[in-house]
Parts: sequence; C-alpha cells; structure tokens
Amino acid sequence: MPTKKDLSKILEHELVPKHEVVSLEEGIEVLRKYGVRPEQLPWIKASDPVVRAIGARPGDIIKIVRKSPTGGEIVVYRYVVPG
Amino acid sequence: MSEVTELEKLIEERLRGRVPAKIVEDAKNVLKKYTLTREELEKILEMIVEEYENNIIDPGEPVGTVAAQSIGEPSTQMTLRTFHYAGVRELNVTLGLPRLIELVDARKTPSTPLMYVYLDEEHKYDREKAAAIAREIELTRIENVTLRVDVDIFNNAVIIELDPEMLADKGLTIEDVKKVLEKLRTKKARVVISERNPNEIVIQFEEGIDPSKIEKLRDRILKMKIKGIKGINKVIIQRRGDEYVLVCEGSNLAEVMKVKGVDYRKVRTNNIKEVEEVLGIEAARALLIEEIMSVLEEQGLDVDIRHVMLVADMMTRTGTVKQIGRHGVAGEKPSVLARAAFEVTVKQLVDAASRGEVDELQGVAESVIVGGYIPVGTGRIKLVYNPYLKESSFQ
Repeated sequence: MPTKKDLSKILEHELVPKHEVVSLEEGIEVLRKYGVRPEQLPWIKASDPVVRAIGARPGDIIKIVRKSPTGGEIVVYRYVVPG
Repeated sequence: MSEVTELEKLIEERLRGRVPAKIVEDAKNVLKKYTLTREELEKILEMIVEEYENNIIDPGEPVGTVAAQSIGEPSTQMTLRTFHYAGVRELNVTLGLPRLIELVDARKTPSTPLMYVYLDEEHKYDREKAAAIAREIELTRIENVTLRVDVDIFNNAVIIELDPEMLADKGLTIEDVKKVLEKLRTKKARVVISERNPNEIVIQFEEGIDPSKIEKLRDRILKMKIKGIKGINKVIIQRRGDEYVLVCEGSNLAEVMKVKGVDYRKVRTNNIKEVEEVLGIEAARALLIEEIMSVLEEQGLDVDIRHVMLVADMMTRTGTVKQIGRHGVAGEKPSVLARAAFEVTVKQLVDAASRGEVDELQGVAESVIVGGYIPVGTGRIKLVYNPYLKESSFQ
C-alpha cells in the first residue's frame, strides 16, 4: 500500500499529466459542450493512484491537461468511476 | 520590441481558441522573422485558420478503420526477428512485431522487462556514485557471490565458499553474508566464519540433516536475498551525454522510485501494466503511445502518431488498460453480430442467445451483415422533411 508521500511523488513524474477535479458548474458546462452524459466520457477508476493523490471521488469529473506532440496542450476529461 | 509584442497580440487575438495551441506558438515563431504589413499578416492568419479547418476530420469519418489500416499495413512489413541487440550489448530487448503484439494485447508483463533509471543531480555525473546506486538496486542472492556449496552430512554442516572478487564487485563484506545466513530459519544452527579459510562460512546444524532434503536446503540457501530490489536482475551503467543512466533488466517501478539518489520524476519502465498501477491510467496511455511509436520508428516505419493515440485512447477508455482483441475492445462491442464477426463466432452467438441479447444494428459490421447502410460518412446522417414546419418556427 503506497503512503501519502509516495502518492504525491507520482504527480511529479514526467509521464503523469496535470489532473484536477472540476467544479460542479464547470462539469455541467463540459457535458453540455460535448453533448454527453457523464458516463460517456472516458473513465478513470477511483483506485487510480492519481485520483487518490488529488482526492477525487466517484462521480467527479477530472480535467487532464496533456502535453500533445500534435496540438501543444490539449484538455481532456475523465469521469471517476468506482473501482 | 514593441512591434514583436504587437505582432504576438494580433496572432493571439486571431488564432487563440480557433486553432490548437501549438499552431499559435509556431505562427508566432515563424512570423517574427519577417517584416509584414498588417494586411499581409491578417491575410496569412486568415489562411492559417482556413487551412486548419480544411484539415479537421469530418463528422462520420471512420477514424478507427483508417487507424487500423495505417498501423496494420506497415506492421506486415516488419521483420519477424524477435531479438535484437539495441544499443546495449549485454541486454536483449523484444522489438518489432512481437513487441507490437505484446503492447496491443496488454500483457501483464513484457517478455523483456526493462527499466531506465535516471539519477538526481548529485549522482548523475559521477560514475562511482552511479555504481553505488546500481549496487543498491541490483538484486544480489547468495548464489551470485558463491563459488561452491558443500553439505557435510557427517558433521551436520553446510560449507559455503564465497568469491571475494564478486563480493568486492557487489560492495559486500563476508559479515553481510553471514548476517543474511543467520536469518535462515529452518532448524537451530550456528553460523560461523571458518578458521581455515576467511572466505568460507560454515552453518553448523544442531540436529542431523535429512539426506532427502539436502537439495532443497541448498537451493534455499542459494536463493536467499542479500540486498537489492525484487525483480531487478541486472544493472548496467550507461553513459548518455554527460550523465550516467542505469539500465535494468527486470522492472519494479514502485520500489525503484523510493530509492534515494534516483530521479523519481524520470524513472522509466517498459511495463505498461505496472505503470498503470503505480502512476495511473493517463501515464499508461502516454507510455503506450511512446512504446508503440518507438517500435514502429525503430523499424523505419512512418506512422502518424494520431493513429497510435486513437488506439491508446480506446485501450484506456474504461480506466484500465484493455487489449484490442476479443478480451478487450473488440469483445466489449455492444452488438452481438459485430462480436461474432470478429472471433469465436459460435461461442458469441450461443452466449448471446442464452442471454436473450438484442442487436440494435447501429454499428458498421452488423449493418454490413444484414445488408443495411453503414453509419459512416454520409450514411451517418438522416434528413427528414417535415412539410408542416413553418419558416416562422426557426429562430
């Protein structure tokens, strides 16, 4: 079982993009923009180390800012599911 | 100077939000080099946006099929040779088609697990310090430092002769080995360093040794861990530019990240599942893209990274890394006919029948089977004429 310190370490790893929990209003805005229900977004498990590190819970929407070689910085969203 | 900021402001204003961030930055860098009038500049920016919009994928474009073809065709040209000595002489790495199959099958462990361990500022420029960390993480067992093991049945003793050269190489002393052997918890025993030979350790048992268990005991002693991290079988120190990097055969990301002196931000492994567990699904996705691209590039095949990104997105969509085949992406399609068209047809049909599944005929494969229109391109949209709708009702 990884400790709190290990979890905060992984956020600094170069493979891990920035994750953050979006607010309720912003989440609704995202869903409206894409015209989808939350479960139609890509998923991320509640047991995912990054999810535990930022303290997100099932039902949250996580905003991920990826460094993309084709588009510079791109923003994607994942829906936290139990598991 | 103010001209440059003026230019950047204009580019920012015209392009931001309409084209990806990278194009905005590229435009800034390129246009800085020329002296252009405002009209010329405006025209160029307009053309950039136009060109970008012309190149966007249209709705209904079968991107998955295009990706499958774009990766599939070049991979038929890959050499079938499994092993290849890439860069490091002593290490072999699975490359080419076998590695690609391994990646899209989302295997638990790759056939040749490998880690690249980068070191922190203090250790990376000094070979000695790098070697110290290499020794610390490399798994060393008794068998690695032993010349021979004898079992003396008459005296109930096991005599282990150590190799002083290997001990020095691993940075160990005979005392370290003795301490490890004292933890051997089978029967009551005394561990002493032999008086005749300073490189010999004698384990003197109080009770007799069962002759039928000698082999087992010997193996247990030889397999005892002296130090190191489980899974890291061999460490090679490699020079890259002005820094030293440790290349490890075997992989244990979680433990290596904890070692002092290791730059935990940059530790790499080629084990996708392990990255998923330790660093999360997004890191697994990034590594998957990197690994697939490096396999293709190494073979001299030029595949656009966007195809690979789509594959990685599909594989990581449900929060875990799923394989492409029948136990993953293809096996979880909602349509019975689409699944049956892929692999294990009879099983799919029997299972679907026993569950009473209904096929909505919404996908491509099932539409082809029943002879309908496929929902791709213009087949995706429907136009319905409603003669009663008045013009005034449009807003």
